[in-house]
Amino acid sequence: MIASAVRARDEGPPPRAAGRHGPLAWRRLRRSPHLLAGLAIVVGILGAAALAPVIAPYSPIDQAFSDQLRPPSWAHLFGTDEFGRDIFSRVLYGARIALAVGFLADGIALAAGVALGLVAGYFGGRVDAVVMRCVDVLLAFPYLLLAMIVVAILGPGLSNAMIAIGIVYAPQFARVVRGAVLAVRGQEFVEAAGAVGAGSGRILLRHVLPNVISPTLVMATLTVGFAIVETAGLSFLGLGASPPTPEWGSMLATGRSYMLTAPWIATFPGLAILVTVIGFNLAGDGLRDLLDPRLRGTL
Amino acid sequence: MAAYIARRLVQLVPVLLGISVLVFVGMHIVPGDVAQMLAGEKGTAADVQRIRHQLGLDRPLYVQYGAFLLGAVRGDFGISLRTRQPVFWEIMQALPTTVELSCAALLFAVGAGLALGLLAARYPRTLLDAGAMTGVLVGVSMPVFWTGILLLLVFGGLLGWFPLGSMLDEGMRYHRITGMPLLDGLLTGDLAVVASNLRHLVLPAVALGATSMATIARMARSTMLEVLGLDYIRTARAKGLAEPSVVGRHALRNALLPVVTVVGLQLGLLLSGAVLTETIFALPGLGRLAITSVLARDYPVVQGVVIVGAGIFVLANLLVDVLYAYLDPRIRYQ
Repeated sequence: MIASAVRARDEGPPPRAAGRHGPLAWRRLRRSPHLLAGLAIVVGILGAAALAPVIAPYSPIDQAFSDQLRPPSWAHLFGTDEFGRDIFSRVLYGARIALAVGFLADGIALAAGVALGLVAGYFGGRVDAVVMRCVDVLLAFPYLLLAMIVVAILGPGLSNAMIAIGIVYAPQFARVVRGAVLAVRGQEFVEAAGAVGAGSGRILLRHVLPNVISPTLVMATLTVGFAIVETAGLSFLGLGASPPTPEWGSMLATGRSYMLTAPWIATFPGLAILVTVIGFNLAGDGLRDLLDPRLRGTL
Repeated sequence: MAAYIARRLVQLVPVLLGISVLVFVGMHIVPGDVAQMLAGEKGTAADVQRIRHQLGLDRPLYVQYGAFLLGAVRGDFGISLRTRQPVFWEIMQALPTTVELSCAALLFAVGAGLALGLLAARYPRTLLDAGAMTGVLVGVSMPVFWTGILLLLVFGGLLGWFPLGSMLDEGMRYHRITGMPLLDGLLTGDLAVVASNLRHLVLPAVALGATSMATIARMARSTMLEVLGLDYIRTARAKGLAEPSVVGRHALRNALLPVVTVVGLQLGLLLSGAVLTETIFALPGLGRLAITSVLARDYPVVQGVVIVGAGIFVLANLLVDVLYAYLDPRIRYQ
């Protein structure tokens, strides 16, 4: 039996299993219209952001006073703003900022939250109590108030707004990851790794972490959309990006003043935020259905 | 039930202490000297020193924290750097507006969300269901500030059905009792104030409540679908009960339980959204006070608003937990 096991290991996995893996994932993906639609939107926006310098007909910051407040036309698809800047070009460049900010804020929340959740869940006891009480305190703040404190401390600006949103979401990741770690901590494979002499770091990274990836991935996907909205919200309030940066939130804030005379200024950046967030929400929902069949169809 | 409430209240103490520590430390590491700001540009070094002494800023940090905590418990958050008014007074002037707006938004979110969710669950996999759930997806993804701007544009600007902002018609005054025009108008029998305030409240309440409405609708639909498939519902139908009775009396009660939790979770969203909604609709609430103070670096007010906001959020969550325990007795014994 041992000999056959060794032979099997040397020969590698059966060819059918390897061949089936790809098509199975694709079959599942095809059966998840939410995920497909979400991925299509996200890929589309990523493409628009990447190709902004090629697609955008005008510079996003150059002013043209002869073209002030022009309504949408063939020359300016989304119209122009109070400085004659092309809104279409600004929305395209805004996608770069929104995605960068969304992914980076999400990354900050993910890194901090996963680290805290892993440590709290794995070590338990006092470490868990201390970490989770800190998490409870952070969760006790309405998110925008917490973000505003962080911005008040760090000072207004797009990168500080991004850090603030990262800090706001970190506790939620910590809670989800801790829950997932508690579920796997007592399982045999973790105990076995400890019994053969693996250190805490190795157990956490090699054995526990891979088992908490599913819920974390779903949350990370959904959080990108939320992070984009909230950073835009901070910019809208004057705590994030400052002019002339083509950021969707600050474009909306400017558009508010021209709401009745030039509604296109606020309409198109808002629409861009909406479509982007719908994309990430659909992708996150679809991913959750795919990775956790128990939740399929419930939300 | 009393034991459960007592246990939850005890659990709140460390959280509230943590909030106070975080806000205190946060406001101490903010760049800029409060004493210097109060003394103004013309203030001499002696003036600054005198103000530092008056405010107790020359004392050790733990003594300052103790004084801050004691003050916070008594509602003394110091003096606003911008208006030179007591911070507590400023908060009390703004709080009723936010409470009224949040209550109106929650009422809209729960009413419309439940109706939409239950209707979608009652006719699953129909055009109505698909339409409702598409609306829900859009509602969840719409940023509150864009919803507000669109509502203002369409219903305020283009159609002219609702006013473009503020709490009452221009020049209208009311006898202030609670600070909420709607309630005060009702208490004093001033129906003109009530009508004006209601017209002013519709758009901000819908803008603020839209995301919560979508979340509640989604939850109500999924729990109702689950409950409608259970055996006791089949039994009720087999007994010959009329469909409204099956849905309204048997299914709805159990389907509402998870919705209560979702409503609780929306409270934080409403308080956060209030900052944006009050800015768009020019409402003199807590959120607008917070953002004005952050932009003006009026840290005593920021400190006070954040503590009051977080305190309200924590207590509201406690209230929802207690309500949940009341509705589902199993919670109390866990």
